[in-house]
Formats: sequence, structure tokens, C-alpha cells
Amino acid sequence: MLPKDLFKKPMNTLESAYEKLTKTAAPDVPSEMCTSCPGCRAMLFTSDLSENDNVCPKCGHHFRINARQRISIIADEDSFQEQNGDLRSKNVIGFPNYDKKLKHAYLDSAEKEAVICGTATIGGWPCCLFVMEPYFMMGSMGTIVGEKITRLFEYATEHHLPVIGFTVSGGARMQEGILSLMQMAKTSGAVKRHSDAGLLYIAVLTDPTTGGVTASFAMEADITLAEPKALIGFAGPRVIEQTIRQKLPAGFQRAEFQVEKGFVDEVVPRREQKEYLARLLSFHAPLPHNTDTEEAQAE
Amino acid sequence: MIEPYERVMAARAKDRPTSMRFIENIFTDFTEMHGDRRFADDKAIVAGIARLNGMPVTVIGLEKGVELKEKVARNFGSAHPEGYRKALRQMKLAEKFHRPVICFVDTSGAYCGIAAEERGQGQAIAENLMEMMTLKTPVVSILIGEGGSGGALGLAVADQVWMLENSVYSVISPEGCASILWKDSGKMKEAAACLKLTAEDLFSLGVIEQVIPEHNGDFEQVYADLQEKLYKVIRTNLQLPTETMLENRYARFRKIGTAGL
Repeated sequence: MLPKDLFKKPMNTLESAYEKLTKTAAPDVPSEMCTSCPGCRAMLFTSDLSENDNVCPKCGHHFRINARQRISIIADEDSFQEQNGDLRSKNVIGFPNYDKKLKHAYLDSAEKEAVICGTATIGGWPCCLFVMEPYFMMGSMGTIVGEKITRLFEYATEHHLPVIGFTVSGGARMQEGILSLMQMAKTSGAVKRHSDAGLLYIAVLTDPTTGGVTASFAMEADITLAEPKALIGFAGPRVIEQTIRQKLPAGFQRAEFQVEKGFVDEVVPRREQKEYLARLLSFHAPLPHNTDTEEAQAE
Repeated sequence: MIEPYERVMAARAKDRPTSMRFIENIFTDFTEMHGDRRFADDKAIVAGIARLNGMPVTVIGLEKGVELKEKVARNFGSAHPEGYRKALRQMKLAEKFHRPVICFVDTSGAYCGIAAEERGQGQAIAENLMEMMTLKTPVVSILIGEGGSGGALGLAVADQVWMLENSVYSVISPEGCASILWKDSGKMKEAAACLKLTAEDLFSLGVIEQVIPEHNGDFEQVYADLQEKLYKVIRTNLQLPTETMLENRYARFRKIGTAGL
């Protein structure tokens, strides 16, 4: 290898691979009516796709969905009660253009922050639910995301409720500097207290879950599930490729890879998640009060 | 005023003492322990038992190495998951034997490579964050050079976190930040200023308890100061009921980012 090659950008970056794919696959069709599937390149009616929870009916490709859609798929109808929905980030360290970025994120997602928290029932089972929002700065974790998740775990601990969490995140939010990093410790502390109280936490990792979220509450659950082909990792693939100056193998850091390596319990397709979660919740339902000990005493 | 990027340069300076120098000079009888009992021994993290003014303590440090050969062996202080698991193993032993834990942090970040991902870099750090929060023994972490993001935090959930005057602690490197913000990693000076990563910045943000003066590079004096300060704070924490100590540790992190809510 020549010394100058050390600084060369890899030829096959992920972006160029994606560009190639999308460029060849998109015939000229009004985008609001039809969607081309990046998985199988089939042209799908957008209405069919949304009826199918944004999963390609042909190949099973999971399209990205926003947090409200996810809540409507997972929670029982009208059961979701949002908490701390008014908390909004401020530009605490005076980071350039962060205010503008927050405004854009709000316009892009119609959400005030990158996570939505609250209580719900799933198949009749009560729980606390948090769902991260990919269209708000790619679900990055700043102080408000950390605060909302911490409050949710504290509420769940106080009310003896399980927590179900859907993650999607590019990691800690750079624009809040060290304060974002500290949210990893803060949320981990709240998860630990919830766990020490004997309560159940199930994380469902969706595409992508990376960085500071992976290195904190996404990887701290009792049961860790993932959506098919979701990218899950600490470092993003681009950073790794730059560090090792090689192209990564296909499927690297995908949900199926994480099952193989032992970090995810099961890959669960979106349309099966609700039933799956309800079953897990039922396994962990509190036992009818003291019947065991009463029976034992009766004997 | 010293520019933030000058602090970054100072924190990364070649002749800056690494964790082992601190360990040798602050403690006596350092006895190194190896391995995570799961995969391997990660030389980017040194861990063992030593005495602080006669008191047995567990010491853990991210070590960059001094000579090139050693630096390579230590992966320039960038740990793999087994490094964090080795540290956790030592912390659990410290808890069992009621030894306080002292961590020295100096890393550009946890390693970003194929093997690190395959063995769960994120999971290893996450587990340390959780376990350190409730470790039933006093923990003090000191940033002595670079505090690179999650890789640094994985050894910095503690009752007190201190930073040396010329150390830095950041969610992302200034180069990484600049390349994301301006698509130009050359603008690291501007990025360093935006990130608020100096010891002074972190002290005013309420993220650390102390800035340790470097006495113009007289590290003999730094070691002496640290020895005295560590002994004092650990003695105080040892006298607290464990529950109070853990409550304080939780509250310490719980309050970060809550100003004005």
C-alpha cells in the first residue's frame, strides 16, 4: 500500500451504494401514490404499504416510520397517554445553528423532541412505553431525550410497571456537547433502579440504533428484540470503514448479525411485534397476590 | 485565555504522563490483574490492586502507552469490549472486598472496529454505566488527558469526577464534529470551541467536581495533590452509609441537563 492510499476515501461508500440502488430503481411515478421498495425494487401503492404497517408486502422490507405511527401499531387503541410531551430542548451551550436545527426538526417531525413517552396497554397489559422519533434529528439523544426517558423509568419504578422501548438513534446529540454524553449515565441509572426493583424492560431496536443510545439504554434491557435488518451498533459503519480502511461485509451490524453474535434475543417483524410483546408481558405479569404462600401455609 | 483547541493538543501531547505514571506515583504496591474471563486481556486498560496511603484500593486506567511498540500493543488507549469487561470484573471484586475504586481516563474513544462491534462494544459500555451507578463502594474517576465520548464515560460513572487542567472531555472529537458540521475536519479549532470540552467548561456546566491544577507541568506536584485529595474524599465517602452514597451518585448524574425544567 502506498502511503497516500492511507488517506484515500473507500471507493464503495455506503452513500454511493445507496445512490446506485435508488437511481436505477426509480421510474418516473408520482411519489405520493407509489413507493419503490429499496428491498426488492417493486413499485408499491403507498396506500397498500401504509395498510401493511409500512412493511413491503412483497419482500418484507421494513420502511422507516415515525413514532406516532409506531405507537398506533403497538399500543391498544386509545390507550396511549403521553407524559412530559411539552419538554423541549434549549441551546444550553450556545452551539452554532442549533436553534435553527431544532426548529427544522420540529417542522420535519411535528414532534417537540426525539422521543415520545407515556403509558399504554399492549394486548390489555399495562406498561410504560417510549418510542424514539427518527424524523427529529435522527433520534439523537440530548438532555430532553435523556430527561424524558429517565422520568419514564422513574415513573415505571414508582408504579411497578414494565417498560417497553423502541429505539432509533444516531447517538448522543453533538449540539449539546458533554451534557448529551451525561444522559447515557443518567438514563442507565434509571434503568438500573427499575431493574433492581424486579421490573421488566424490553427494548425493540429499530433501524438505526447506534452510538450513545446503543451504549446505554438500548443495550440494558432484560429482553432485547430487533426489527428485521435494523442496523445496530456502537460505531456507525462509515466510521468503522474509515478507521479500518476496508469495506464491511454484507449484513454487518444488522439485526440478524446481532442475534448471531448474542446481543439480541430475537428478530421480530413489525406486524408480529404487538402480539409478541403482549405474550412477553403476560409471562412477566405480577402473580395473583400471595396465593403461593397462602397455599403453602394451608398445607 | 488559552484556546480550547490548545487544551486538546495539550491533552494529546506525546510527553504527557499516561495512566501508569499516575498509578506508580500516587499508589504503592500496584499489583496488576489481567483479563475479563470471557474473551481476552485488553492492554488498553490496566487494572489491579494498590495501596493509597496504606489503604487497599482498586485502580483502573485507560493506558495509551509510551513507546511506539507499547502504544501499538495498547491500541493507543482505545479499548475493546473486553477492556470494559475487565474493568467491570475488577470493580465487582472491589465491591466484594470493600475496596474503593479509582479510575484514570485517557482515551480518544472506545475502538471502532469489526471485532469490537462483534463482541458488543455498546453493550459492554452500557453494562459498565449501569453497574457503576450502583457499585457499593466509593468510586472516583479522574480525566488525565483525553476523554473521548462513551469510551471515557465507561470508566467515569463515579461519586466524583475530576479533570486535570489540560484534559478534555467531549461527546465527539473536535475533528469528528467539524467534519459533520462543516464537512471539513480541518475546522477542529472552531469545533473545539463549540463543544465546551475543557475542564473549566465542564466545571461551570456542573459536570465535574474539581479541576486539578497542573502546576505548569510539574506532575510530581500533581501526583502529590491527587494522593491527598483522593484519600480525603474516599475517607469521607467510606463513612457514609452505602445507601446515601449511592443516592448521591444517582443524584449527581440525575441533575445534569435539568436546569430550567
